[in-house]
Amino acid sequence: MDLTTVWFVAVAVLWTGFLLLEGFDFGVAALLPVLGRDRADRQLMLRTIGPVWDGNEVWLVTAVGAVFAAFPGWYATWLPAMYLPFVVVLLGLIVRAVAFEWRHSSHDERWDAAWTRVITIGSLVAAGGIGAALGATTLGLPIGPDGVRVGGAFAGWSWPALLGAVAVLAYSTLHGAIFLALKTDGGLRVRARAFAARWVGPAAVPLLAWAGLVQLRSGGPITGALWVVAAGAAVVTWTRLRVGREGQAFAAWATVLLASAATVFAAAFPVVLPSTIDPAFDVLAAQASVSDYTLTVMTWVAGFGLPVVLGYQAWTYWVFRRRLVAEPVHSPEEAHA
Amino acid sequence: MDVLDIARWQFGITTVYHFLMVPLTIGLGLLVAVMHTAWVRTGRAEWLRMTRFWGRIYLINFVLGVATGLVQEFQFGLAWSAYSRFVGDVFGSVLALEALLAFFLESTFLGLWIFGWGRIGKKLHLAALWAAVLGSVVSAYFIIAANSWMQHPVGVVLDTSSGEARARQVDFLAVLTNNTALAAFSHAIVASLMVAGGLLVGVGLWHLRRRKLAGEPVTEVDHQVWRRSVRLGGYVSLAAFALVSLTGDWQGKLMYQQQPLKMSSAEALCETEAPASFSLFAFSKLGSNECDDVHSYTIPYVLSFLAHGDFSSAVPGVNQLQEEYAATYGTTYPDDPSFGDRAGQEIDYTPVLAVTYWGFRLMIGMGMLSAGVAAYALWATRRGRVPTSRIGVYGALLAVGAPFLGNAAGWIFTEMGRQPFVVYPNPDVPVADQVYFFTAQAVSPGITAGEVWTSLISLALVYGVLAVVEVGLIARFVRRGVTDGDTTPTPGIGGGRRKDGNDGPDGAGPDDTDSSDTTDDVLQFAY
Repeated sequence: MDLTTVWFVAVAVLWTGFLLLEGFDFGVAALLPVLGRDRADRQLMLRTIGPVWDGNEVWLVTAVGAVFAAFPGWYATWLPAMYLPFVVVLLGLIVRAVAFEWRHSSHDERWDAAWTRVITIGSLVAAGGIGAALGATTLGLPIGPDGVRVGGAFAGWSWPALLGAVAVLAYSTLHGAIFLALKTDGGLRVRARAFAARWVGPAAVPLLAWAGLVQLRSGGPITGALWVVAAGAAVVTWTRLRVGREGQAFAAWATVLLASAATVFAAAFPVVLPSTIDPAFDVLAAQASVSDYTLTVMTWVAGFGLPVVLGYQAWTYWVFRRRLVAEPVHSPEEAHA
Repeated sequence: MDVLDIARWQFGITTVYHFLMVPLTIGLGLLVAVMHTAWVRTGRAEWLRMTRFWGRIYLINFVLGVATGLVQEFQFGLAWSAYSRFVGDVFGSVLALEALLAFFLESTFLGLWIFGWGRIGKKLHLAALWAAVLGSVVSAYFIIAANSWMQHPVGVVLDTSSGEARARQVDFLAVLTNNTALAAFSHAIVASLMVAGGLLVGVGLWHLRRRKLAGEPVTEVDHQVWRRSVRLGGYVSLAAFALVSLTGDWQGKLMYQQQPLKMSSAEALCETEAPASFSLFAFSKLGSNECDDVHSYTIPYVLSFLAHGDFSSAVPGVNQLQEEYAATYGTTYPDDPSFGDRAGQEIDYTPVLAVTYWGFRLMIGMGMLSAGVAAYALWATRRGRVPTSRIGVYGALLAVGAPFLGNAAGWIFTEMGRQPFVVYPNPDVPVADQVYFFTAQAVSPGITAGEVWTSLISLALVYGVLAVVEVGLIARFVRRGVTDGDTTPTPGIGGGRRKDGNDGPDGAGPDDTDSSDTTDDVLQFAY
C-alpha cells in the first residue's frame, strides 16, 4: 500500500470513529425529549455522555484535520462546495457544546430546560449537516474541471445530501438509544431498550441504502460482502435487543456502522469526490494528496501518537464504565447533577 | 463588499473572538493546576476552594473556546480554499498534528478531571488536570507554529511541477522550530498568564474589600482564598509582564528582519532614519493611508535600539520599503482570474497604518496598565492588609479587561500588519524561490457573497449571544464567590467512596463539604 492509500484509510477510520463515538452522544441528545420523561431522566441521560462528548468531538476535528493535512485538494474542493451545510454543522456544534457546560450553571428550571433544548437542536442540526455533507460527498457533487463547485450556493443540496442527513440522524438516534440502555438502569433502561427494538429497522434502512447505492455504483465483491455484513448486523441488533442483551446489541449496531462506512469508503476509492457533471472531473485520492515527504512525516507521528490517544480514550471509558441511575432532582443531592 | 472583504471580516471577527477565550484558558488552566497541586501537597482548605472556584470559571470559558475553535479549522477550507490548496503540504499537517497530539489530550483529560472528583486517586486526578493543561499549551504551540509559518515561511520550496505553484514541505523540523514561532509562542504564553493574573487580582481585591466593608462573618479560609488569589495573581502578572517585554523585544527584532514594513508602519516611520526615533503618539489625516500624512511625536534613538540593539543603526521607513516591495513583487496584481476583482489593480504594500500603529500601542499600553495594577495590588495587600480604596479596587476590577484587549490588539497588529500577503515572503530566500501568497488570491473560488454573508451574520449573532451569556455567568459566579459552608477539606476526597455500587459523578467528593450550599461547587463540575 502506498502512503496515499494508507492516509485514505486513516481518514476513513477517523470519520468512522467520529460517527461511532459522537453518534451516541448525538443520539442521546436527540432522545432527550423522547425518552426523558422528567428532569431527573434528562439529567441522567446527559450524565451518560458528560465525561466523553468533548473527547468524542475531537474525532471530527482530527478527521477534518487529516483531510486537510493529507488531501488538501479534497479539503479545498469539498468544504466550499458544501459551504452552508458545514456552517450549519458549526453553529450546531457551538451551541451544543456551550449548552452542555452552561445548562447546570443555574438551578432555575426554565434555564435548564432551555439549554437542554439547545443541546437537542444543536445535536440534530450538527448530525444532519454532517450526514448531508458526507452523503453528497460519496454520491456526487457538482464539481467542475478546476475542482470548483458549479451552480451556486444550493447546487450541492441534492437527494444524496438528504439521504446522508437522514441516514446519520437515524443511525445516531438508535445508537443513542442502545447506549442509554447499556449505560443506565431503571425505567430509562427499559424504555430505551424498547425504543431501540421498535425502531431498529427504520433506523438501519437509510444507512444501508446509502452504502448500497455507493456499492452499486462503484463497489466490488469485497465491499458487497461488507454490505451484507452490515445488513446482517442490523438483524442481529434486533434479535439481541429483543432478548435484552444490550452489550451485544451495542456491538452489533456498531458493526452496522463500521461495515456500512467501510463499504462506502472502500467502494468509492480511489475517488474521494465524485463529480455529478462529468466523471473526468472526479477528485482522486492521489491527485488531491500532499507530497510523499509530508505523508511520511505524518505517518511516523500518527503511528506513535494514535495508539496513545486510543489508549487513554479507552481508559476514560473504562473509568466511567458503570451504569448510572437517576437521583431525585429536588434534594440536597441536586448539586450533584 | 466583495467575497474577499466579507471573508476577511469573518476571519477577523471569529479569530479575535476565539482569541478572547484562548489566553484565559491557557493562563487560568496553568494557575488552577498550580492551586490544585498546592492543595494535594498541603491539604489546606483554601487551596481546594481556590481550585474549585477558579476551576469553575476556567470551565465556563474553556467550553466556549473549544466551540469557537472549531470554526477556525473549517474556515480555511470554507472561505480560503485557494490558500488551503497552495499551503496544504505544510499548513494542514501542523493543524492535524495539533488535533492528534494536543486537542485529544486536552478534551479527554479535562473530562476526566471534571468527573473524576472522588472517583480516581487524588494524584491521578491532579495529573489529569495537568495533562489537559499541557494539551492546551501544546495546542497553542502548533497553532502558533502554523501562523508563524505564514509570517515567515521556512522548510518549504516553491513547487511548480504540476503547472500550478504550490508550497512543498521539505523540512518539517524547520517548520516546528521556526524562530518566529518560538518567539511568538513564548510571548503568547506569558501574555496568557497576564490575563489570568489580572483576573485573580481584580476579583480577589473586590471580594477582600467587599467582605471587609460589609463586616460579614468571614472565615479565615475564605479570607485566605481571596488573599492568596490576589498575591498569586499579582506575582504572576508582574513576572509575566517582565517576560512579555523580553519575548516581545525578541519578536520585534525578528520582525524587523522578516517583515520590516510591519514594524515600520507600527512606528509610522515614513523615511529611513539613522538613528531612528520611537514614536510616542501620532495623528494623521482622517482616512488617509499615506505615511506622510502622519505626524508623530518621537523619542530619539529608541527605535534603533528596539530594532537592532544599538543606538545608531538605520531603520528603513515605510516609503522606501513600499518602493522596494513594489520593485520586487510588482506594482499591480497579475491579470489572472485567481485574483478575482483585484486582478490588474494596484498593490498597496503598506498595511492600514492606523491599525498597526495603534494596535501596537494598545498592546503595550494594556500590558503596562495591567502590570501597574498588579504592583498596586501587591503593595495594598502587603503584610496582611486589605485595601479599602474604592478607586483602587474598582480600578483593578476594570483592569481585568486590559490584558484581554492587549492580547487582541497584538493579534490584530500581527495579522493586519502582514497584509497584503497571507503568506509573507521570507527575505532569507532568493526572490525567485520565495514561497509567498497574496491575500487577494487566497479566497475560495466559486463561493457566493450570499454564502459568506450568511455565515458571517449567523456566526456573529451566535457569538454575540454567547458572549453575553458567558460574561453574565462568569460575573454571577464571581459575585457569589466561594461558598461559606464547611471549611474543612473532606478527608474522603479521592478515596473513591461509592454509593451502592452505582457511580453517579457524586460518589464522593468535595461537594460533601458544602452541604449548606447546594447551588454550586465541584459537584457542579459534573453535568
